[in-house]
Amino acid sequence: MTTMLSSNDILETIKMIQEENLDIRTITMGISLLDCIDSDIDRSCTKIYEKMMRVAQNHVKTGEEIEKRYGIPIINKRLSVTPIAMLAAAAKGSPVKFARTLQKVAEGTGVNYIGGYSALVHKGFSAGDRELIESIPEALSETTNVCSSVNVGSTRAGINMDAVKLMGQVILDSAKVTADDHCFGAAKIVVFCNAVEDNPFMAGAFHGVGEPDVVLNVGVSGPGVVRAALAKMPDADISQVAEVIKRTAFKITRMGQLVGTEAGKILGVPFGIVDLSLAPTPAVGDSVAHILEEMGLESCGAYGTTAALAMLNDAVKKGGVMASSHVGGLSGAFIPVSEDAGMIDAVNAGSLGLEKLEAMTAVCSVGLDMVVVPGDTPADIISGMIADEAAIGMVNSKTTAVRVIPAIGMKEGDTLEFGGLFGSGPVMKINRFDCSKFISRGGRLPAPLQSLKN
Amino acid sequence: MKAVVAVIGKDTVGILAKISTICAKYNANVMDVTQTIMQDMFAMTMLIDISKCSSEYGVLAEQLKKAGEEMNLQVHVMHEDIFNSMHKV
Repeated sequence: MTTMLSSNDILETIKMIQEENLDIRTITMGISLLDCIDSDIDRSCTKIYEKMMRVAQNHVKTGEEIEKRYGIPIINKRLSVTPIAMLAAAAKGSPVKFARTLQKVAEGTGVNYIGGYSALVHKGFSAGDRELIESIPEALSETTNVCSSVNVGSTRAGINMDAVKLMGQVILDSAKVTADDHCFGAAKIVVFCNAVEDNPFMAGAFHGVGEPDVVLNVGVSGPGVVRAALAKMPDADISQVAEVIKRTAFKITRMGQLVGTEAGKILGVPFGIVDLSLAPTPAVGDSVAHILEEMGLESCGAYGTTAALAMLNDAVKKGGVMASSHVGGLSGAFIPVSEDAGMIDAVNAGSLGLEKLEAMTAVCSVGLDMVVVPGDTPADIISGMIADEAAIGMVNSKTTAVRVIPAIGMKEGDTLEFGGLFGSGPVMKINRFDCSKFISRGGRLPAPLQSLKN
Repeated sequence: MKAVVAVIGKDTVGILAKISTICAKYNANVMDVTQTIMQDMFAMTMLIDISKCSSEYGVLAEQLKKAGEEMNLQVHVMHEDIFNSMHKV
């Protein structure tokens, strides 16, 4: 064509969207609430509501406009806010009031989730942190569209073991108070090590204090596109496979960059980052596990899985980095069990267990994600999982996270259904040997040495 | 602003005529057309200038899609920037 558009390119893009589930997973507007801090909690809530409704009123509409103009689905329109513990620090009263306010904003703006009912306690608790963390189960049971996250460790600070212990109980309690709603409370909490300040993905999104007042971050998705590209080269060697993944990631990311800058222009908000993540959905053909299997594994979890995933994760970043002016967030391949049809099959087939999943989290984004465990799992065992994941993140200078859902009343082999994008999770086998003495010691796990790397 | 109209489906008489008639009706100038037929599958891509379009972009896109459905064809109307950004370094 005269403008140098080739019809092959056009048809390729349409095929990616129509058949391979290419989409923009989320556009997330980060909003600082630092100017809403007040010693009176009700006044603070009023300020939050007014500010968020003012800056985000057109967020959903703008997303829909862009969907129409470019013909690309934008699955989620979301908001993230300053960690609420910082506002709770100044105000007396139950932090749950803040959660209710966020819920009202979600309903008023039409966004599907707001992240930021959060606390950053990697080195210790300050005012408001403990109150907020203890209120999480109540906040998540009283709201439907609010997400929570707590950062318990970092490479520079070490791991706050008191917070690790606390979070095991918080996750269990959140599942219990939402037992009649698929234990969904626990699916809305993420426990992080090395949390990032510009993550657009839920449930772990919050708006870091180093961010501008308002910013727009975009998360792209496209496991199906990567898999389809690999399917065309069954006999290629791994160097060629990596090359194709890079090229595909480049295209996907460019789309994210375009949507982010356009949405920013319309909304008058600076564009922040593209999060280069391969985020699966339960839809057929939208699975990260299936990419690994396309590379030649009988089932995800087989020996070779960690190596294949390490290559995939790295190639996605290499391809994406050049495609966007600013890359950030979690950036990498996600391996949520319940949201990935291939992962679910692998667990059910017996090829993927928690130990292998843990190993996989050492080479990809983000951690033990959407993992369903038996309802009678003791809180300290959940804390033990958190401690192990946090240690992997701390030592490897990467973000790791735990989002486990105790399925109340269910045992290993049962299936917990969430529906929609969250899928369904097989209840996984856990190691029941006791770790409570270790977890109950409390204190801080010292930050690791950054030299003498072995 | 320019948009790409892509038409995919089983080949039949009058596809180009019908699509371009709608473009003309809304004062969208057809700048370029390419079409290929693989076996009996028809794929046409058309670049149109819609800066002087007599209606909103969404209305034109809807009309084109509707015309496609009547002929059992998939019609996609997308802003050209998406292709420029995805396929050019």
